[in-house]
Amino acid sequence: MKKFLLSLSTWVLAILFFFPVFWMFLNSFKTDFDASTDPKLFFSPTLEQFREVIDSKFWEAFASSFFIVIVSTIIVMLLAVPAAYALSIKPIPKWRDMLFFFISTKFLPIVAGILPIYILADALSLLNSRTVLIILYTAMNLPLAVWMLNSFFREVPKELIEAARIDGASIRSQITSVILPIVAPGLAATALLCFIFAWNEFFFALQLNVNDYQTVPIWVKGAVDERGNFIAELSAASTLATMPVIIAGWFAQKKMIRGLSMGAIK
Amino acid sequence: MKFKEKWLSSDGWYRRGPILPAFIFLLVVTQIPFLFSIYYSLTSWKANQVRIPREFIGIQNYIDLFDDRFFKSAAWISITMTVSAVLLSILLGIIFALLLDRKFFGQGIVRTLIITPFLVMPVVAALVWKNQFLGANFGILNWLLELFGFDTIEFASKQPFWSIVAVLVWQWTPFMMLIILAGLQSQSDSVLEAAKVDGANKRSTFFQITLPHLRPYLELGVLLGVIYLSQVFDHISVIRVSSKSKNVPYYVFERSIGGGWEFGQASAYSIVVVIASIIIATFGLRVLSGLIADNEGA
Repeated sequence: MKKFLLSLSTWVLAILFFFPVFWMFLNSFKTDFDASTDPKLFFSPTLEQFREVIDSKFWEAFASSFFIVIVSTIIVMLLAVPAAYALSIKPIPKWRDMLFFFISTKFLPIVAGILPIYILADALSLLNSRTVLIILYTAMNLPLAVWMLNSFFREVPKELIEAARIDGASIRSQITSVILPIVAPGLAATALLCFIFAWNEFFFALQLNVNDYQTVPIWVKGAVDERGNFIAELSAASTLATMPVIIAGWFAQKKMIRGLSMGAIK
Repeated sequence: MKFKEKWLSSDGWYRRGPILPAFIFLLVVTQIPFLFSIYYSLTSWKANQVRIPREFIGIQNYIDLFDDRFFKSAAWISITMTVSAVLLSILLGIIFALLLDRKFFGQGIVRTLIITPFLVMPVVAALVWKNQFLGANFGILNWLLELFGFDTIEFASKQPFWSIVAVLVWQWTPFMMLIILAGLQSQSDSVLEAAKVDGANKRSTFFQITLPHLRPYLELGVLLGVIYLSQVFDHISVIRVSSKSKNVPYYVFERSIGGGWEFGQASAYSIVVVIASIIIATFGLRVLSGLIADNEGA
């Protein structure tokens, strides 16, 4: 009985905690009238709000975000995989100091760098370009990716690599046939986390990229929030903006956290 | 041993090669801006006033900084906001993790529900909370207050600080919970079993065995929480910008490209922030190095 009550209260807490997301989802199917009167769970659903959002410039923002985020994530992985390899599988001397350098860049406050970055981007005519955000998102996620991949690579049994080497496998085939299959889920989780952070990023996009190639967070805030209380339409836009990441995160939840914590803790 | 093999196993550039692109990229993008910032902070640069010459003025900007009560208030808000958000989300994270560290019906679904807030775009999270929960007109919290006969409160303008902290805690609790849950699940059953046999009650088992075991996980949670939460910007700019909610990042933004255009002065602020971060980072990295060293010894 006590067990049952504990489980029940866990469920209740979880539902309460999830409720804001559910409410946003629900409101996106309401008319503006239904959304801005007393809260109701039952109403006649409409797709009107989604139609409004889709007819607006939302898709342009969605496409810009998608392009910027995908390209930066690919670059992050291209840089981070070899780096993590050199930190874990064939560790360079002082690999620990090197790992610290990568992580320590995350301690540097973003705001302290934004001014010179803004001035430099202006001088190179990179303001309001996709390039500037790709570069910054790569820099933002690279330390995290190196940290996570380092932990995943360390899980590869050294004996396996050694055995392959003795069998005469070249370094290339050691990597493709031994290491990659083992770390593949880790690579996917790392890429997803980079995707999430870049997709949700607001500060850089606001400072450097508000006119052309607007990203989704900027669009959501600018197009809907500042027009007043369009709760239903805001909910529809928010639902579309957050869904890709929420669904991706649901699938990768276990791996992501393992990658984050295994680096420090076995 | 063949020559080639010897060369491969030596500590040559061959080994360092793979790490260089990432290293150089990060060095250029993150370190060079700071060198510029140091230089700017020593000048009287105001970007919106072309007629005022940009001169080298030494440490004047730093001296002015000590008289700036707005900066002091922003620094205080930065500290209190980070500390309250990190502590509250860790506390809630522990509670959720303990509740989830049992077998029960729908465990996976419950975990999925709880982690969702962490995945929500911060701008969206802030907007949803501001309009649909905290707002006086359409907010559910106010609707509940009215239902029970209380007056409505416009939370975002009356309590900007706590409104922002509430949303931050809502978003970061799942993250803390996942880290702590990983810790709980790595605890060996035999130790807990032994404690039970020795007649320890649940409470003392938790405080004497589980909590010490969780320590590195809690440290990791605090570390990552501080890194991200001390830089909060999105939530403030959406929920409420006021003297009670402006932290240092927001203030520096406001004084520079957010409308002030005082590049010299703003750079001095950011350098001070960097120095403070270095102090915190040194401490944080020591914690981190403890974590990695432990791992190595195991």
